[in-house]
Amino acid sequence: MGAVIALDTLFNGGRVWKGRPAAPPSSVHPTGLAALDAVLPTGGWPEAALSEILMAKEGVGELQLVLPTLARLSKAGERIVLVAPPYTPYPHAWQNAGVDLRLLSVIQAEERDALWAVEQCLRSGSCGAVLCWPRKADDRALRRLQVAAETGQTLAFAWRALSESVNSSPAALRLAVEAKPAQVRVLKCRGGLAHPTPIALAGH
Amino acid sequence: MRWVCIVFPQLALDGVQRVHPEPDQPLALLAGTPQRRVLQTVNDAARALGLRPGQSLTAAHALTKTFASVEYDPAEIERHQQFLAAWAYQFSSQVSLYYPRALLFEIESSLGLFGPWPRFEARLRQELTELGFRHRIVAAPNPAAARVLANFYDGVAVQDHGLLQALAPLPIDRAGLDPQAATALSRMGLRRLAQVQALPRHTLARRFDADLLKHLDALTGQRPLALAFYQPPDRFDVRIELNFDVQSHQALLFPLRRLTGDLSAFLCGRDSGVQRFDLHLEHAQAPDTVIKVGLLSAEREPAMLFELARGRLEQVQVTSPVRGFRLVAQDLPVFVPQRQDLFDDRPQQTLPWEQLRERLRARLGDEAVQGLRFHADHRPECAWQAASDKNLCPTLHKVQRPGWLLSEPTLLAEHGVNILMGPERIESGWWDGADIRRDYYLIQTRAGQQGWAFRNVGQSDGLWLQGWFA
Repeated sequence: MGAVIALDTLFNGGRVWKGRPAAPPSSVHPTGLAALDAVLPTGGWPEAALSEILMAKEGVGELQLVLPTLARLSKAGERIVLVAPPYTPYPHAWQNAGVDLRLLSVIQAEERDALWAVEQCLRSGSCGAVLCWPRKADDRALRRLQVAAETGQTLAFAWRALSESVNSSPAALRLAVEAKPAQVRVLKCRGGLAHPTPIALAGH
Repeated sequence: MRWVCIVFPQLALDGVQRVHPEPDQPLALLAGTPQRRVLQTVNDAARALGLRPGQSLTAAHALTKTFASVEYDPAEIERHQQFLAAWAYQFSSQVSLYYPRALLFEIESSLGLFGPWPRFEARLRQELTELGFRHRIVAAPNPAAARVLANFYDGVAVQDHGLLQALAPLPIDRAGLDPQAATALSRMGLRRLAQVQALPRHTLARRFDADLLKHLDALTGQRPLALAFYQPPDRFDVRIELNFDVQSHQALLFPLRRLTGDLSAFLCGRDSGVQRFDLHLEHAQAPDTVIKVGLLSAEREPAMLFELARGRLEQVQVTSPVRGFRLVAQDLPVFVPQRQDLFDDRPQQTLPWEQLRERLRARLGDEAVQGLRFHADHRPECAWQAASDKNLCPTLHKVQRPGWLLSEPTLLAEHGVNILMGPERIESGWWDGADIRRDYYLIQTRAGQQGWAFRNVGQSDGLWLQGWFA
């Protein structure tokens, strides 16, 4: 009986190709950007996995991508942990985006301890989403985070420099945010082909 | 069946061995005057080498050199007895240390809570084994009988009607009688307790002290035994002397695990938790190094206490080797167990947030885990606080504010910067000296970044960037 696999998981995982056009599966974690959801194989953020957001510089709308998700998670009572954020989160803006500040925790840590803290938070399973900004994370460190996210069934987001896009990454989803014009490019998504054309970012 | 007696046949030895990472090494406890050191107790491994209690140390050294020796300390035994009483206090409010090296406690009122006797006994044995004390357990209708039966039996539960039969076959010298009386009785040809009990009382009263009859009556329950009951102390203070110089924290982990385990057993007995405790690392010459362990809420889970203390311990650097290790807990608040949802929608939730937070604080520092709170101030640098709110923050005006705030405003090269929105004037803070008058703009740099920048009103010192609309 151990070999029984629900059909749904096979189909939703994108591992079985069906010969007729199917409606895109609805993810539990839509990104909040309908055009982006439409091109992602899971219809949103990959569940229990690491998503990487690459950007050349800050202030190009990289946070806008996740704020709707964070708002929804915090409304459901899930804790959101920011590990070593590069700047101070402005409570006014975060709350206006719908994030419940009571469920927001900020962990201050050095670069080396930050990865440890992220792994602990992911592995514990007591957080809804863990956000991190690794600067010197290599392939192995990211793989640890990916495994920890799977273990703890937690959403993990990592913001990294756009220059990292040439290196391979174990993340389930890699997005590149570009400023001019404001758009998001899907570099890699597990369970499907990356959508070739960029998606415009509203508001930027 | 109302009383339990737990006898610790090797309390002194167990007390030393349980803080030893390798309890199977040959060990002897020493007593006697400095001129003539005598082996007080030896463990099984030492016995196999030919060592015997009562041997002089010189004779023992002539036999073998490969055994460790520790001073036999009556005060240490007393401390262990107190600790065991604190442990037993979780099962009964009537715990007595009336007999040396034995615990007596009343269980009739506890059976409803701790299940039928076989299960209760199994639990007692399991916890004592974990704590590292060898033991014999007997339950009997009265404390004196329980103590005497524990000399002879282990794991027996004697009912009211079976008491006389159980006492009858006891040898005279094991029946808890005064040694003189026991010798006299055996010289009279009496071997078993039943034979003594069969004698007419007035003959016994004429030939022996009154204590003999009193003891016989206490055994059958005809004469109640007046017991002083144990009162748990309000602080926990246990010290382990390391009989060698410890240079690395690795060697301290085993004693630390014992200490936190003892602390947890003590807290379970008191039904309290611990919020702050101190670890003292004692040095030979220098004053103690004190490591303070603080928790945000009262806890008593042994594994958690150990892990937190270990996190703090590993970060400490000491100048000289450690000779002793001590754990002191003064503040013992009431323990409130975590409320857990039966229908938790996330079944993998292995580690609750409170424990995760403590783990993070233990490694990253007390101030590492912060909340975020809105503070009612128009100045952006004062509009946030690193603390968490209990209540939901009132809804804020829907003015545009950046998601990221720079810790310090930085001067922005104005070349190629587009102003998208503004100005919005923020003028505040005249009362606390940090007066600002600024015009804020939503700007876009040449690279397409959107930022929040200001000019100081009345000054032409350029455009200062204070946030990113990320």
